[in-house]
Formats: sequence, C-alpha cells, structure tokens
Amino acid sequence: MPLHHKTLAELAQGLRDKHFSSVELTQHYLNRIAQWDKTLNSYVTVTPERALQQARQADALRVKNTAGPLCGVPLAQKDIFCTHGVKTSCGSKMLDNFIAPYTATVVEKCQEAGLVMLGKLNMDEFAMGSSNETSFYGPVKNPWDLTRVPGGSSGGSAAGVAARLTPAATGTDTGGSIRQPAALCNLTGLKPTYGRVSRWGMIAFASSLDQAGPITQTAQDAALLLNIMAGFDSKDSTSLDSPVPDYTTTLKDTLQGLRIGLPKEFFATGLDDGVARVIDEAITQYKKLGASVVEISLPTSQLSVPAYYVIAPAECSSNLSRFDGVRFGYRCANPADLLDLYQRSRGEGFGAEVKRRIMIGTYALSAGYYDAYYLKAQKVRRLISGDFKRAFENVDVIMGPTSPTTAFKLGERSEDPITMYLCDIYTIAVNLAGLPGMSIPAGFSQGLPVGLQIIGNYFTEAKLLNVAHRYQQVTDWHKRIPPGFE
Amino acid sequence: MTLDAETVKKIARLARLKIDDQAIAGYSKNLTNILQLVEQMNAVSTDQVEPMAHPLDASQRLREDRVTEVNQREQFQSVAPQVQDGLYLVPKVIE
Amino acid sequence: MQWESVIGLEIHTQLATKSKIFSGAATAFGAEPNTQACAVDLGLPGVLPVLNKQAVRMAIKFGLAVGAQVAPRSVFARKNYFYPDLPKGYQISQYELPVVAQGKMEIELDDGSTKVIGITRAHLEEDAGKSLHEDFHDMTGIDLNRAGTPLLEIVSEPDMRSAKEAVAYMKKIHSLVRYLEICDGNMQEGSFRCDANVSVRPVGHAKLGTRTELKNINSFRFVERAINVEITRQIDLLENGGRVVQETRLYDATKNETRAMRSKEEAMDYRYFPDPDLLPLVINTQDIEAARQSLPELPAAKKRRFMREFELKDYDAALLTADRDVANYFETVVRLAGEPKLAANWIISELSGRLNKEDKLIQQCPISAELLAGMLQRLAKGAITGKMAKDIFDAMWNGEGDADTIITKRGLKPTDSAAVEKIIDHLIAQNPAQVEQYRAGKDKVLGFFVGQVMKASQGKADPAQVNSLLLEKLKK
Repeated sequence: MPLHHKTLAELAQGLRDKHFSSVELTQHYLNRIAQWDKTLNSYVTVTPERALQQARQADALRVKNTAGPLCGVPLAQKDIFCTHGVKTSCGSKMLDNFIAPYTATVVEKCQEAGLVMLGKLNMDEFAMGSSNETSFYGPVKNPWDLTRVPGGSSGGSAAGVAARLTPAATGTDTGGSIRQPAALCNLTGLKPTYGRVSRWGMIAFASSLDQAGPITQTAQDAALLLNIMAGFDSKDSTSLDSPVPDYTTTLKDTLQGLRIGLPKEFFATGLDDGVARVIDEAITQYKKLGASVVEISLPTSQLSVPAYYVIAPAECSSNLSRFDGVRFGYRCANPADLLDLYQRSRGEGFGAEVKRRIMIGTYALSAGYYDAYYLKAQKVRRLISGDFKRAFENVDVIMGPTSPTTAFKLGERSEDPITMYLCDIYTIAVNLAGLPGMSIPAGFSQGLPVGLQIIGNYFTEAKLLNVAHRYQQVTDWHKRIPPGFE
Repeated sequence: MTLDAETVKKIARLARLKIDDQAIAGYSKNLTNILQLVEQMNAVSTDQVEPMAHPLDASQRLREDRVTEVNQREQFQSVAPQVQDGLYLVPKVIE
Repeated sequence: MQWESVIGLEIHTQLATKSKIFSGAATAFGAEPNTQACAVDLGLPGVLPVLNKQAVRMAIKFGLAVGAQVAPRSVFARKNYFYPDLPKGYQISQYELPVVAQGKMEIELDDGSTKVIGITRAHLEEDAGKSLHEDFHDMTGIDLNRAGTPLLEIVSEPDMRSAKEAVAYMKKIHSLVRYLEICDGNMQEGSFRCDANVSVRPVGHAKLGTRTELKNINSFRFVERAINVEITRQIDLLENGGRVVQETRLYDATKNETRAMRSKEEAMDYRYFPDPDLLPLVINTQDIEAARQSLPELPAAKKRRFMREFELKDYDAALLTADRDVANYFETVVRLAGEPKLAANWIISELSGRLNKEDKLIQQCPISAELLAGMLQRLAKGAITGKMAKDIFDAMWNGEGDADTIITKRGLKPTDSAAVEKIIDHLIAQNPAQVEQYRAGKDKVLGFFVGQVMKASQGKADPAQVNSLLLEKLKK
C-alpha cells in the first residue's frame, strides 16, 4: 500500500514499527504536493524546510522512544491559524504580506504532539464562502471532479486530504465550513462543541460561532486529532474548562439501542434526490447496527440561514475592523489622508463577499435597525437552540444530509450569494446552537460524494465519533480515493 | 427593505470601505436580496424570547492581575506598513 | 433672561492595576512607545481578551463606596468606530448592563450646605492609545502603550448647576478613588480625566437645552474655566438668536475658548453589541462581601473620627479628610508632634495655600510630614516664635533641610531669642514702675532692663538682640 493511502492511525503505526521515517513520509507528501497541487490549488503556502526540520526532530524522538502517538505524522493547517514565522493569509489579499508574529493554540498543540506541518491550506477569504471561490489565491478544485468546487470555507483542507496531499488537516466551521467540504470531498469532518477547541490565534470570522476541528479520512483519525486539538486554554475566555476524554477509547462502543432523530425539515424540498437516496441507505445501515429511528422536528431550523446572515455578518463587521492598514496587513499606496487610508486599504484589501458581509453586518447593527435585525436574530437563535434541546430529550443523535446537493460546478453559484448561502441550510443551525456536528462519507450520487451529517448534544464528541466509527467498520465509502490521485 | 445606492454608500462609509461607483448597483442588488432572505425571520414571533448572544450558558472567567507579556515591539512592527521611532505612522490626524 | 446651566460629568479613572484589563501587558506610565503593547493590545488577527480580576474588584469597591448597586450580571459590549489609536476598530466597554449603577455623592457648597449628585452608572472599559502629532512630516505617530489600560468611567446625572459644583463633585470623586486606592489620581499623566456635558436653559424651565460635550479637560482649574467659557458661549449664542449644536468640543487653555472637534464632526453610529469574545461578568454576594471587607475608612467616616479624636471643627476636619494623602499627612504630623489643632492650622493655611499656589499635590510637597512635625514641636514648646516658624517653613519648602539645620545656618538662635523674650516679659511684669518711667521718656531706664536681662540669662543673651527686643516690648 502506498504511504499516502494510509490513515493517520496507520501512519503512526508505521512510524512506531520503523517501517519508514518521518523524514521519508514527509518527503513523500512534499513530492505529492509538488506534483499535484498546481492542479488543485489546495495550499497557499508549502513549508518544506520547516516540515523536514520537524520531521528530523520527530525521528530523533522516535529513536529516544519519547514520542507521542502521532509524532512524526504530517498534517496541514488551514491558513486561518496564525503560525509564527509563516505567512498566515486567511485567504485574503489583506494578509498576503502577513507573517504571523505568534502561534495559534491549535498549531502549538499540534507542534507539541510532534505533528509535522506541511504547509497552510487554501480557504475562502476570511472563511466566508461555501465553495472556496472567494480566496484571493484562486479557487480550489475538487479532486473528484476538477470542474467542481470542493466546498468551503475549508476547501483547501478538504481537497488536500481527499487527494492525499496531506493525510489530515485542520479546518474551522462557522456555518458548515468543516462539514460541507468534508461531505463534498468524501471525508470525515468534525465540528466540536463551541468552546471545546481554543480559538486563540484563529483569525476570527464570527466569534460566537467559530470552532476549529479535524478533517480526516476516518472517524478514528478524527478522534486522534481531536485528542490533540481539544482542551482548555486560559487565553480564550470562551474556552471550556473541562477535561478532554480520550476519544479513541469509546470508538468501538455498541450502537445497540442508539436513538437517531431524523428532522423532517432536513428532508423537505430543496434536497437533491440522489443525496436523499444515499442518506436513506446510510440510515438503513444504522438500523442494521442496532439503532432505532424516530422522526423529529426542528421547526425553527428553517430560519437558521436568515438568522445566521445577521449574526455572522454583524460579528464579522466588527471583527474585521482591525484590518485598517495601520499595524499589519495591506495598506493602499499613497493615502491622501486618514479616511482615504482606511477606505482604500479596506476596499482594495478585501474581496467582494467579505465586503458584502461587512456591509450587511454594519447595517444590521446600525442605529434604528439593531432591534429589527440583530436582536431579532439573537432571539431566533434562542428558539433554534431550544428546538435542539427538546429533540435531545428523546434522541441520542440527529442525522440528515450535510449538504442539499453534491459538489457544484465552479462559477455556478459565485455570482448569486443567496444560492451560495443555501449550501449551508443543514449545517448552520448547529453553529447557532453551539452543538457538535460531523459529516462522514455515506456514498455517491452520480459519481460525487455525499456526506451524512451527525449532530450530537453538547460535549458528546465521543459519541459522534463512536457512531461514525461503527459505520465505517461496515462500509468502505471513506476508503475511496478520487480517480487519478491514487 | 431595499438598500438603495445612497444607503449602500452610507454603510460603506461607516464601514470604511471604498466601493467603486460602478459597483454600487451590484452591491445594492445583492444586499437587498440578502436582507429579504434575512427578513424571513419575521415569520416567527419572538416577543417573549430572551436574546441569545452566546451558545454556552457560562460566565466570564477572570485572570489574575499579573504582567505576563514582554516587549516584542521589534517583532510586531516587522509586519507594520510604516513605523518610525517605535511609532506606527498614519496620515496626519486633525483633532 | 436669566439662564441656568446644567452640567453632567463623565470621569475616566485609570484603574491602578499592574496589567491591562484584557491582556498581561504592563500598564506602567512613561515606557518607550509601543513597548507595552502586546498582541492583544495591538489587535493582531486571532487574539482574544481575558478579563482582569483586579479591575473587577476595583469597580466593585467603587460601587460600594458610592452606595450603588453592583450588578450581579453585567455585559461587555463593543463600541465600533475607526480611529488610529483604537487598534481593533472597537472599544470594549459596557453599554446596556454596566457593573455599577445608581450611586450618589454628596458635595459641599460654598454656603456650607450640601447637595447630592447622582451617579448614573460606572462601567469598565479599555483605554485607547495615544496619537502624537509632532515631529513627523504630515504624519501622526501612534503609541499603543496605553491601549487596554483599564478604565472605570463614572457617569453623573446632570445634577450640577455651576462650574463650581462640577469641580466640587470632581474633587470628591478624585478623593474617593484615591482613598479606595483604585486610581492614582494623577491628572498630568492622564490617570483621571473628565468630559463635561454642558447645556443652559432659562431659569424655571424643566426641559433641558441642547448639550455640548467638552472633551478631556485635565485639571480642576481647567474644568471650571472650560465649563464657564462654554456656558457663556451658549448663552451668548442663544441671546443672539442662535442655536446650540449638539457636538463634541475641545477646550483650548491658551486661548481660553472651546472649539468643535474636527475628528468628531461625523455623526457617530457606534453599533454597540455584546462582545462575543467575552461572557457575561457574574458577581456573586461573596465577591461583594469580600470587597466590602477590604474598603478603607472613607472620607465621611474619617472626618467624623477626626472631629471626635482630635477635637477639630467640622470645617477643618472636612478639609483635612478631602484627600487621603492630606489626611495621612496630618495624622503623621500629629503622631510625631502631638498638637492636633496646631497641625491642622498649619496644614490648612500655610501648607495647602502654598500647594495651591504652586499647583502641587500633597505627594509632591517638598516638606515632609516629619519636617513639619519637627518645626511644630519647637513652636509648641515656645522655642521659636510664630514669625520664625514661617521663615523656617519657607526655608524648608526651598529644601534647606530640617528646622534645626535652618536655625543654625541662618544664625537665628531662636532658642536664645525665645528665652530672652520670656525673661523680658517677666521683668516687665515685675517692674511696672520702671516701665512707666521709660514710657514717660526716661531712656536711661533701658540700661537697667538690659543689665537685668543679662544677669538673668547669665550673660548668654546677645546684647544687640536684647536691646532690640526690649525696645520693641517697652514701646507697647
């Protein structure tokens, strides 16, 4: 089996058994990136020297037998995580010249675990998008069909893992940005409970919604990576101070008696027939594993997209005010005065979608409109959260499609923001409530991957991973590699 | 709610975004569409509902009053567009 | 027409914490530019705020000291606007739910009566950086050391009716925050700053006039002048058929006038909303009780104690307790020298007068409590005269050392002189006939007195001094 067909768990085993060194493994992936990424555009920055340096250190630790479980395994980071000494662009011209002077907690934890960073992955600009087409560095292509999008905003992460240009990646999810690209690229993606993973050093889009998580080949890999990423961070006031379980120990628990809720709203109009069929089959598979299924209702989830497009833009309009051309980032040439400096630096540094969202958010918070938009959205958010609360009184997990369609064509939706926003119709409610959610490969429709979404109650990541892992023990969708990238 | 060209300009100014004149109409159309999508919220009554600013029902953690940061001016200013004598420079501000 | 002015103050007190309100950077004044601005203070991408416990404690103490409600739950909000000294493009402040609400402060008026000024609220927020306009060609330099310094903004009700009342209130707040040790009160360094909302209305009208906001007036003297100038401007405007425009104005101390601020010309829409990076601040009863236990003796209580313990008059006790450092100074002097009434007189008249004249705070006083105590001891024993005490006071002020050093250096021989005076007083009392003769014109009698004094002093007295003292005393 070629090295790049292996999962994180298998690569870790191979390193432990000295079948190959971290340097060999890292070089293998660097070669693949050099060979394939011109086609895919999944990396913004590749860091070969740094990677090989880290690999040598990891090999030294292996010799001394002081290495952690994932020591020496390569990984790539979404370019939203500040990485000391490395360009951290957030997919934006605004930060094209930004060499981060400090390191995000997520990156630091990965480094401490001995993971080797191959580079920084492409993404929608400031994580605003569902197709990776808003990146300043150009769109990323879906390895399953190069004329299609990989999803977004963690599009580079998904395409990179799908094409095996990295065995796993980090992502962030504000409205579906881990789960939707995972679904569109046949991967396992996990958005943890809000507060489970530190946001320190992760460039903020919408602070009350953003959460980092792994994008991997399998649920087992996601468990391994979440073990490293999760945990309390005193630098993040919204980080949760509760112990992190070992997510790998419960992967094999039985699903006998598992109660699955199927929200009728997730199977209504708008859902592609091919996707619906794949999801139905996946549910059938779960019944075979001993689960029972009940129909539930999340009535207010219908309003999650409207509420989200007030809350997320409102927060982003404020979060992105710091990009003003004064202390870091893009500054326009020859500003006439202070106002010109602000307006042109921001006007030229941000792309159209970012500007749209800043303006919507600015409007929603402005005098006279706050109550009608922002406050109203916060109230709808409470209702959405209440829907889930009630549902989880009777079910253990909620399942449904991750995305209403499979990967769409590049350019197909980029001119119409609304159709783009509706990509996240099933994922957004989870962020509004702060719940953990996953997407796992569930099959194909017309040759394109379909993701099954699994939503859990607060801090039940272990349960989600268990539910995903048992399914992956009896299916092989997750093992499929896009043709041409084997 | 329709966001006409004047309103778009006003918001752009408030957000300090330079928008080219020929792009205003496009923004006006897209932003109006987004607002119409957003206004679907009005379908549900929220009179007695407490706004939810945060997903977790937790309270603010406090840090001890200790100086933990050292001077990193050189490093921080290495990414700055324009500095002189340790100061960030901007076009003249008139009070 | 008769006009009434209506004044409300917003006082910004920098809380005396070691580190910033949301970061671990130092707050010390006077560091090299941007050396105390960490990643959080600079608003680098991806950074997050964590609230300083000490800042919260200080806010609670203030709330308790002004009899306010300390909110069991308060919320941090973002105030959004663009300005180069505001790194994130928003200031973290408190808006709808402040940590302290509805307190009050009693001030004393000139006629001896008192008046209660309402405190609408006090909220925690972060300070901005500083813009430096000099030395750069057509550019402004930005120093963010101050960015993130904790502030407690204390907002009064529009309860004041004159600039004098405003100053009295401001002094009271200044005194209180220094008593509480939550702010060093240093106005030159900007630790204690004041904005004034000023409007005028015809006497008897209930409706408030349009107000202007006077920004950053940073000494007691300027507050009074700035408000008076602004009141005059508004009245002139209205009496000449004009209108007051609601705007932010800056006081120019050199020209003694106010002018509209260019940078604030645009109507502000701050787009406040709850900061999603911070959770609600919850203060429980234990926190409040702990703060209550840590409260020092406050001015009113101290004043009552001074009246009781030192038998001071109400007015004197009020003056001595207005400033915590003055009160401490007084108590130190009394501990060393005894004589509370003498000490009170000297501190209230000589010392305070001189401090006022030179615009100095008691902490900057060149005469330490120990020095003053040393001098007062000699005075109380009758070892020096009142006139000499004043000379010695002047000399001590000029740094010439302690009382004894000055006496020696100046050859005042005050001990002899006082003793001589006593002897003379005694002789005059014992020899009324000779006094009568001298006063009737018999100058020779002076010789008798000189001889007697020299005899009584066993020859130690300075004959010239004896002569001049005798001439002085016998004249009366």
